[in-house]
Amino acid sequence: MKNIEQINDKISSGKAVVLTAEEVIDYVDKKGLDQAAREVDVVTTATFGPMCSSGCFLNFGHSKPKMRMTEAWLDDVSTYAGVAAVDLFLGATQLQANDPANRDYPGDFRFGGGHVMEKLVAGEEVQLFALSYGTDEYPLKELRTTFTINDLNQCIMVNPRNCYQNYNVAVNTSDRPIHTYLGYLKPQMKNCGYSSAGQLSPLLNDPFYRTIGVGTRVWLAGAQGHVYSEGTQHSPTCERGHLGVPSEGAGTLALTGDMKKMLPEFVRGVSLKGYGVSLSVGVGIPIPILDEQMLLQTTVRDRDIMAQVIDYSTDYPERTGRVLGSVSYEELKSGSIMLDGKKIEAGGLSSYSKARKIAGILQEEIRSGQFLLTRPIAPLPLEQSMKPLKEASS
Amino acid sequence: MSTEPITRKLMLYFPECETEKPIVYHLVKDYDLIINIFRARVTPEEEGYLVLDVTGTEEHILQGTEFIRSLGIRIDAVNKGLAWDENKCAQCGSCVPHCPTNALSIPDRNTMEIVFNTEECIECLSCIKVCPFAAVSSLF
Repeated sequence: MKNIEQINDKISSGKAVVLTAEEVIDYVDKKGLDQAAREVDVVTTATFGPMCSSGCFLNFGHSKPKMRMTEAWLDDVSTYAGVAAVDLFLGATQLQANDPANRDYPGDFRFGGGHVMEKLVAGEEVQLFALSYGTDEYPLKELRTTFTINDLNQCIMVNPRNCYQNYNVAVNTSDRPIHTYLGYLKPQMKNCGYSSAGQLSPLLNDPFYRTIGVGTRVWLAGAQGHVYSEGTQHSPTCERGHLGVPSEGAGTLALTGDMKKMLPEFVRGVSLKGYGVSLSVGVGIPIPILDEQMLLQTTVRDRDIMAQVIDYSTDYPERTGRVLGSVSYEELKSGSIMLDGKKIEAGGLSSYSKARKIAGILQEEIRSGQFLLTRPIAPLPLEQSMKPLKEASS
Repeated sequence: MSTEPITRKLMLYFPECETEKPIVYHLVKDYDLIINIFRARVTPEEEGYLVLDVTGTEEHILQGTEFIRSLGIRIDAVNKGLAWDENKCAQCGSCVPHCPTNALSIPDRNTMEIVFNTEECIECLSCIKVCPFAAVSSLF
């Protein structure tokens, strides 16, 4: 039995035993749960993948004369200006103005909000164009200038939904290729797309949110951010398998962090042909090993984590709820899965290799005393499900 | 020199003036080379590119490439028509099921790192369509 304070004392004195969620599997196999639980203080988890529900708040400071921005674009990507005079919100999935989108199907979606966020973190120059109706104290009506992230007062990332606990595996049973947010799917189930770091993924290592809750400090693309709320669509009441690990979407986290402290490698604009733009973000979350049970949760392996195969040509868009089958992340990561005797090639959208790198970076930061653990200030809900849209029939 | 046939992948760059010569014809007829063209863009009065495999004895390939160079055509042995930018690649692997020759592959399924082998690439450009990070690009 350990508590967060004891673990933090060990971290501060450079004596904490920190393993990644990959390393801990073999370690427990070798040492046994009982001994390993006494030795291991922290297990680092990580994920890197598209987190569509992302964006950032920017504060520009005031022009001379002052302006109350009512419409604004960053590199021609429309932002939300209904916040305050010089605060803007940029959404990761917002397209650049005049992008033909899917009018020229399948659209390329080369640049959007996520790409602007990538440029900001990389320290590149971005163009601001803003309009206003003008007021007595904010007379300026039009502004065009360039800036970098260093010129801003704040640039704060928010991910209302991040770290999806698990996710669908998408296939296409139709006769024509389809373009989805899980990638290009060939007809007749020739390939499938998935997106999870599996055994490294944060919420698969703490499936009942014992240590990860509101207020938990996280590694968000290199910055020390935190969980500010349950994520949107958080739906922990779900089908669960080995060690209580969900075999479908389930829990999510809402994260925030200072983009000025982020690393460009882990904030990447995403272009999905025929679908749109998004943002891939790297997240690392430490799990304090409070007791044997917590350690046991972190020993979950890819072969025990299952995901549901869903047909994105009919069942997903039509919301039929039909599931074609269930496969493990070990199978998915092997490069192909078997479904009803048919071999289907598998390609990920989340990067396991980047997730490994992040788990390693966080491990080093904790070992060297730079990253301390937190006790959540409020737990995440353990029982609730996701409602479909109520469509009024008038 | 060995008389065993070998295969080399070449990218030819044609400056504007050299696009009218029947190069492939001469490679086949004069140097006994087997040619497999992956991709070509040769437009009159513009620069052109040709990416191909040549198969033959090492001696014939050497003579053939000398002939190509004698026409003022540049042979790029390092860069091919498709470039993979390791720094832009986020190692997601969504390209791998779409690569017909395993030029883009994940040899180690524990680390899940993407490897690009340009010699295996037939420049079908499938990866360009599916890469979310614009990590692969065509030089022409």
